[in-house]
Amino acid sequence: MRAASPAWFRRPSVLPGFGLTVGISVFYLSLIVLVPLCGLFLKSTGLGWQGFWQAALAPRAVAAYRLSFGAAFFAAAANAVFGLLVAWVMVRYRFPGKRIVDALIDLPFALPTAVAGITLTALYAENGWIGALLAPLGIKVAFTPLGIVIALVFIGLPFVVRTVQPVLQDIDAEVEEAAASLGAGRLQTFRRVILPAVFPAILTGFALAFARGIGEYGSVIFIAGNLPMVSEIAPLLIVIKLEQYDYAGATAIAAFMLLVSFVLLFVINLLQRWNRARYL
Amino acid sequence: MVATSRPHVNSVISEPLWVRLALIALALVFLGLFLMLPLFVVFAEALRGGIGAYVEAFTEPDALAAIRLTLITAAISVPLNIVFGVAAAWAIAKFDFAGKSLLITFIDLPFSVSPVIAGLIYVLLFGAHGWFGPWLVANDVEIIFAVPGIVIATIFVTFPFVARELIPLMQEQGNEEEEAALSLGAGGWQTFRRVTLPNIKWGLIYGVLLCNARAMGEFGAVSVVSGHIRGETNTMPLHVEILYNEYNFTAAFAIASLLALLALVTLVLKTVLEWRYGAELAAARRL
Repeated sequence: MRAASPAWFRRPSVLPGFGLTVGISVFYLSLIVLVPLCGLFLKSTGLGWQGFWQAALAPRAVAAYRLSFGAAFFAAAANAVFGLLVAWVMVRYRFPGKRIVDALIDLPFALPTAVAGITLTALYAENGWIGALLAPLGIKVAFTPLGIVIALVFIGLPFVVRTVQPVLQDIDAEVEEAAASLGAGRLQTFRRVILPAVFPAILTGFALAFARGIGEYGSVIFIAGNLPMVSEIAPLLIVIKLEQYDYAGATAIAAFMLLVSFVLLFVINLLQRWNRARYL
Repeated sequence: MVATSRPHVNSVISEPLWVRLALIALALVFLGLFLMLPLFVVFAEALRGGIGAYVEAFTEPDALAAIRLTLITAAISVPLNIVFGVAAAWAIAKFDFAGKSLLITFIDLPFSVSPVIAGLIYVLLFGAHGWFGPWLVANDVEIIFAVPGIVIATIFVTFPFVARELIPLMQEQGNEEEEAALSLGAGGWQTFRRVTLPNIKWGLIYGVLLCNARAMGEFGAVSVVSGHIRGETNTMPLHVEILYNEYNFTAAFAIASLLALLALVTLVLKTVLEWRYGAELAAARRL
């Protein structure tokens, strides 16, 4: 085996295969992800500056963004609260069947979104098990924006639980003992010691759930009702534009959503770095 | 496992019993409502029409075609992503080079792209009005509204799974063992096969499991490129949608129950792997 000639951009190593594996990675990545994504942005430049914003910020599109971002925000917020609760219970307490419950938390990752969609719709429709209980109270869930939030809570839950769980596990008992010995009550310790420690993780989980919620399609379209301007999410609007052969309109909305997603991705990366720097 | 046993040893840093019970109850009610009840409902709705109707939903030719297409799609996209995932993990974990963190960010990209947009980008490339559309039509190659499009869209959305699992795992294992093998005269391929592969085996299986579950269950991306031709370009999740929109709920939930079963099998295998090889996988599970 000949000694690999150290390229200018990498540290020398005796291990072989650098060129081959980087080659495969970059080629495959470009072919499947980068070039097609660039194609989308290129296509949207074909609209011209004014045309792009006209299509991306048409009233129906703005209503769809408002719904997608709003529902994703509320769902992620609900998940931040309940995800923390679930992570707390999983890390701190013991109860029968805990391991099964812990495994089930990943269900939304494993269950196909269309299955989640039709199931939640069946549950929350007016003749469904939960829908029938809520109907006398005047609460309609299925085919309203509230239904969208419910679907996104389902989809986003594991993101918060799985980011908070390891951080909660890593908190030293000594820190809490110190707080207790200094006279802090449990609630005070939680608020002043534990919560600041897990806060970056909660925020990261929130951002991950939020980002996933914005783009979610399969679980939402069944329960949403899909009324233009009222309960029509942005990904569905892209599909509708495509079905009407309005490629320009679909591209503009997609490009706008991608830009927002990339900003979010950047924020998530920063958050995770902050998270790691502080507590790992 | 200090954390789990801690509350029972030290009462200063634990909550009173009633608080603990209340929090456990609250968490379980929430999980019951949002996770367990839906899972139960899939099977309850599927069996509502009795076993006969349930079995009938699978023996119908369109359903069989959908199942076959789903299996074909996963059989093509998962191995391709394994090759890519292992190559990318080897490059990133074993070497230090400029642009490494950028490469990692790009690998994660499909996770932050809406599935619908993932489908759309291929329509813009290969659709009748796309960049390559005229050429494809002239040469009689069908990608969009045909099986190749479904496979490509599936590859896109399942792209990061294997690589993401392997990169942290291989980073933690370091290079020493491979270097030892090489110094003892093993070739590069031999080193990978006899040293690296056994070390990353469980992480690899873990990644493949998640990749496969997503490949078989993908809906949004596939829906955009499929064209929904019954018996030809319908995967199982798309077939569920069609049946559901035709108000054929029992059949829709029957097919859905098969997908839910797949999810359950995935979860069980994943949990078994985590219990048995938890320490090895721990690095990979850290987000």
